[in-house]
Amino acid sequence: MHYHKPQTFEDAIKIAATAQGVTRFLAGGTDVLVQLRAGIVTPDTLIDLKLIPGVRDIVREADGGWTIGIAVSGAELGRHAALVAEWPGVVEGMNLVGSTQVQGRATLAGNLCNGSPAADSVPGLVAAGATVSVVGPNGTRKLAVENIPASPGRTHLQPGEIVAAIHLPPRGVNGGDAYLRFIPRTEMDIAVVGCAISLTLDGDKIATARVALGAVAPKVILVAEAAAALIGTTLDDHAVSALQAAATAAAQPITDRRGTVEFRKDVTAVLAARTARIAYARAKGEAK
Amino acid sequence: MSKIHVSAVVNGDPVDFLADPRESLLDCLRDQLGLTGSKEGCGTGDCGACSVTVDGVLVCSCLVLGVEAEGKAIGTVEGISQGSTLHPLQRKFIEHAALQCGFCTPGILVAAKALLDQNASPTETEVRYWLAGNLCRCTGYDKIVRAVMDAASEMREAV
Amino acid sequence: MAKDERTTEFRLIGTRPNRPDGLDKVTGRARYGADMTLPGMLFAAVVRSPHAHARILKIDASAALALEGVKAVVTRADFPTGLTGEDWNLQENSMAGDVALYDGHAVAAVAATSRLLAEDAAKLIKVDYEVLPHVIDVDDAIRPDAPVVRTGAADHSVPAGAPPNVVKCVDFGHGDIEAGFAAADLVREQTYKTEATHQGYIEPHACVAQLGADGKGEMWVCTQGQWYIRRMCAAVLGIDASGLRVTPSEIGGGFGGKTIIFMEPLALALSRKAGGRPVKLVMSRSDVLRATGPTASASMDVKLGMTKDGKLTAAKVNFRMQGGAFLGASPVGEALSCALACYDIPAVQHDGVEVLANRPKAAAYRAPGSPMAAFAVESLLDEMCHELGLDPLDVRLKNAVHEGVKASYGPTYAKIGLVEVLEATKAHPNLLAKLGPNQGRGIASGFWFNHGGETSVSLAIGEDGTVTVSAGTPDIGGSRASLALMVAETLGIEYEAVRVNIVETGALGVNEPSHGSRATFATGKAAVEAARQAIGEMCRRAAKEWGIEEEAVVWKDGAAMPAGPNAGKFPPMTIAEIGAKMGGTGGPISGHHETNAEGVGASFGAHVVDVEVDPETGRTTILRYLVVQDAGRAIHPAYVEGQYQGGAVQGIGWALNEEYVYGANGRLQNAVFLDYRIPVASDLPMIDTVIVEVPNPGHPYGVRGVGETGITPPLPAIANAVAMATGARIRSLPLSPPKVLAAIKAKGRG
Repeated sequence: MHYHKPQTFEDAIKIAATAQGVTRFLAGGTDVLVQLRAGIVTPDTLIDLKLIPGVRDIVREADGGWTIGIAVSGAELGRHAALVAEWPGVVEGMNLVGSTQVQGRATLAGNLCNGSPAADSVPGLVAAGATVSVVGPNGTRKLAVENIPASPGRTHLQPGEIVAAIHLPPRGVNGGDAYLRFIPRTEMDIAVVGCAISLTLDGDKIATARVALGAVAPKVILVAEAAAALIGTTLDDHAVSALQAAATAAAQPITDRRGTVEFRKDVTAVLAARTARIAYARAKGEAK
Repeated sequence: MSKIHVSAVVNGDPVDFLADPRESLLDCLRDQLGLTGSKEGCGTGDCGACSVTVDGVLVCSCLVLGVEAEGKAIGTVEGISQGSTLHPLQRKFIEHAALQCGFCTPGILVAAKALLDQNASPTETEVRYWLAGNLCRCTGYDKIVRAVMDAASEMREAV
Repeated sequence: MAKDERTTEFRLIGTRPNRPDGLDKVTGRARYGADMTLPGMLFAAVVRSPHAHARILKIDASAALALEGVKAVVTRADFPTGLTGEDWNLQENSMAGDVALYDGHAVAAVAATSRLLAEDAAKLIKVDYEVLPHVIDVDDAIRPDAPVVRTGAADHSVPAGAPPNVVKCVDFGHGDIEAGFAAADLVREQTYKTEATHQGYIEPHACVAQLGADGKGEMWVCTQGQWYIRRMCAAVLGIDASGLRVTPSEIGGGFGGKTIIFMEPLALALSRKAGGRPVKLVMSRSDVLRATGPTASASMDVKLGMTKDGKLTAAKVNFRMQGGAFLGASPVGEALSCALACYDIPAVQHDGVEVLANRPKAAAYRAPGSPMAAFAVESLLDEMCHELGLDPLDVRLKNAVHEGVKASYGPTYAKIGLVEVLEATKAHPNLLAKLGPNQGRGIASGFWFNHGGETSVSLAIGEDGTVTVSAGTPDIGGSRASLALMVAETLGIEYEAVRVNIVETGALGVNEPSHGSRATFATGKAAVEAARQAIGEMCRRAAKEWGIEEEAVVWKDGAAMPAGPNAGKFPPMTIAEIGAKMGGTGGPISGHHETNAEGVGASFGAHVVDVEVDPETGRTTILRYLVVQDAGRAIHPAYVEGQYQGGAVQGIGWALNEEYVYGANGRLQNAVFLDYRIPVASDLPMIDTVIVEVPNPGHPYGVRGVGETGITPPLPAIANAVAMATGARIRSLPLSPPKVLAAIKAKGRG
């Protein structure tokens, strides 16, 4: 296995372009090392992106949005007060990944590129309308986060392409987001179901909404029907029921060691309602 | 497989070692540097027995490559005491019987110290969630949590 | 050192001094199995079967052996043939023969000059398999048409015509069972099921082994019992037991799972084949979960008869257990014996069978068999109490066994403390806590026999009067502290003046492992006897010096004193003075005691748990937890509490989330700590404890083993609490959220 520490994304792309066999990029490394140790994937080339200038930065953009470097750890994200105040759902999703120790290393970019349908940070990003800059041999492109995952362990990135930054749109006024997941224990588990909702209000009424679900399909899904059930409502009981029905209908889970189809569908409805209430309260400024 | 030369500082001491890029920092600490206080309980970041700090950040050393340690300051259980003076956490763990087999103890001490370094007055709930990534199968955590709380209390009074 | 409020006539016993190994363990110095390095050491890796059941057609190691630095490959062909009984089981479990019997079964091992090289070489060993039909579930395995795990494995207890995987039948009982049920006002019968769980010690198995062509060798290994390891390895390899010197490392948890061998013979065989170079073999967590431990899984019928005022009149239990692919690995006999041991029931009948399945060979796990049995019996008892409107704690008290009662499993109880335990439970403030919506309280009793066993201890007086104890039971939970306390108490010296070493196999006669909750009981009893022997010799030395009869010397406060007519004639001669001149008074002074320790006292406990269940997700939160248990005498109360708390939390894990999950292909699906979900710190409240002391007359200080009973009550206590919180009675473990939610929904549908 060859280990590289490029100083620029251009160099990283060049190394990847000439590498033989299996190439992996190291942002936080928490997934790559587990796969290496378990003998699931032993890369021939490992490209460590953490030394590229700027990858540890969280930058406020002119339009009020944010750019988050690919090597920003969960712990660093959680300590950024302004980001937490605007996008608590995005941050709480990332902060649920693994233990305190894992938070010291794990990154949004790594969690996204690992391609797990149960990745805790991805629904929050999808609900937020986050995008990523992708650099590669054929230049740079921007993709919506929901267009990155393809299936368990696979993404729509082309060979040699690297996620170079994550962008959150401006939060604007009267907005709120939230992420909840269900796990059997209190910590350390992979999500059995995850749900993120971001919404904005016009008075008491929901003006815009995005609903994302994790661990109930081969990839994290954006559920337009669930969002539609919220828009124009004050999150009354009828709206919550419609949200639950839409979310449950969109869920296409499997039975595995972490949960059954029936359980995952039931919990999808429960989490959708609970998440929506938190996001709504946050948008109204009634909750942190 | 070519090995890579790594220079780092471990518990304040400069060290050099040759790492195969596939080796974890835990492997290098244990096998190259003879620092066997950090333990491998799982190799997948799920048990915390290998907890160390890298530039002050608490991590599982099984999820860090040895080659990533280049230029870093590593802290392990062997560096917690000041000479023969134990850290209050170490003393309280003994006094409270917060260890039975003791295998998880090094990782828990490193993790608990990282907590107290940034939060002098953690609540019981904060201690429990901070240490959720450190598995202990012997104690049921009761005496561990008490020892951490008591150490925090003593350290607050000493300031 | 402050004593607990418990009144005690002792100077040191009942205090909480720092454990002697504490400093090493908080500084990282303590050396565990994987921490040893020897000159010239090689590293080993093991090739394991990916199939639950497969004929091994061919093993080709040529590519591995062609790698520079690869020193040896071993397969079953490198082991002797002709073993029988448990020796064959151990050999077969260490390394598959013609057939791999479970996912993770070792089929080959390789030694090389580095760990990475050994792992690379292992990947190059090519094994051709013919996959065979497999069976995993205990109820599936017992079917007459089930895939046959192994033919000819059954023992003489199995009647002709039994299903092919049934290998052992057990039945016993007493009293008129029909009359007993006829006398009951309420008779209920239910079926219960528990899944296999793993001991889950955090330290994976590890050893450094060396064996020469002359059959002489040594091994550093994390084990609960160095002599057991020695005997088993010698048998499996066909060498003399005395040729092997086994030194136990510090041990990172065992809970019964480190009383037998798994990969140790492979390391020895590799060393022998590699010219006698030492070989280190460390299991990964996934190896540990796939190929060591676990406990049995169980399917159990229970029938109880009760009068309307809560007196049990008859009980019938029928248990089916699988312990993997090997006869004798399941604890079905122990489970049956524990099932009804808490209660005085006029008529009891026990029936059980052991069944083979394509799973790893079950090992002992803390009170083997008792937790499953308690889950079944204590759940049904609780259901019947509720049906009859009786208080479940009062009913347990009403039926509780006490001294003189004939136990359900045969013998008559000596002094035991279940009644005292239940009364202390009843008085505890946790029972007054108000319960809110979706909350429930469950109680249950638990039992473990405890064990004495083969024990040998030596003790030597130092030249400065300090004392060295050589003990053969590895210290898992603080036994060096409790042994030092008992020896210091007996000798009348300070706790710090006693050093306890856990010694290698050459230093003592055979000791059984630290199992059966026996270390503080049996090794402690022998250590006290050894100390008394040394006291006798020290009194003789003083008598000789003083020129008086040795009968006229007594031992008091760490010194020999003239007594009787000579009282006061000479100043006391301290242990330090005696030690300083022993070279001139007759040579070294030591004490030694070896025994099959008898007088073991059974241990009873009761737990009370309050839970809250999320009615929408089925997730259970432990709100409060109380352990009450009879310790006989708590030598070091902090480590007694530690056993109670640790046992309770293992039981909580078993009750709520831990289970072996197999895929349709027979492969273990959750062989990592991520998905084998043991409790984490944030899952739990503080675990309240009450130490009840009903001294055991069979031990000089009244000790009963305390290690095991604590894992037994949590399974039913939590099931009972969840039933109260949700109104849904769940009769299979674990009470994982999908199962609890399904039960809540089923109840809603009526």
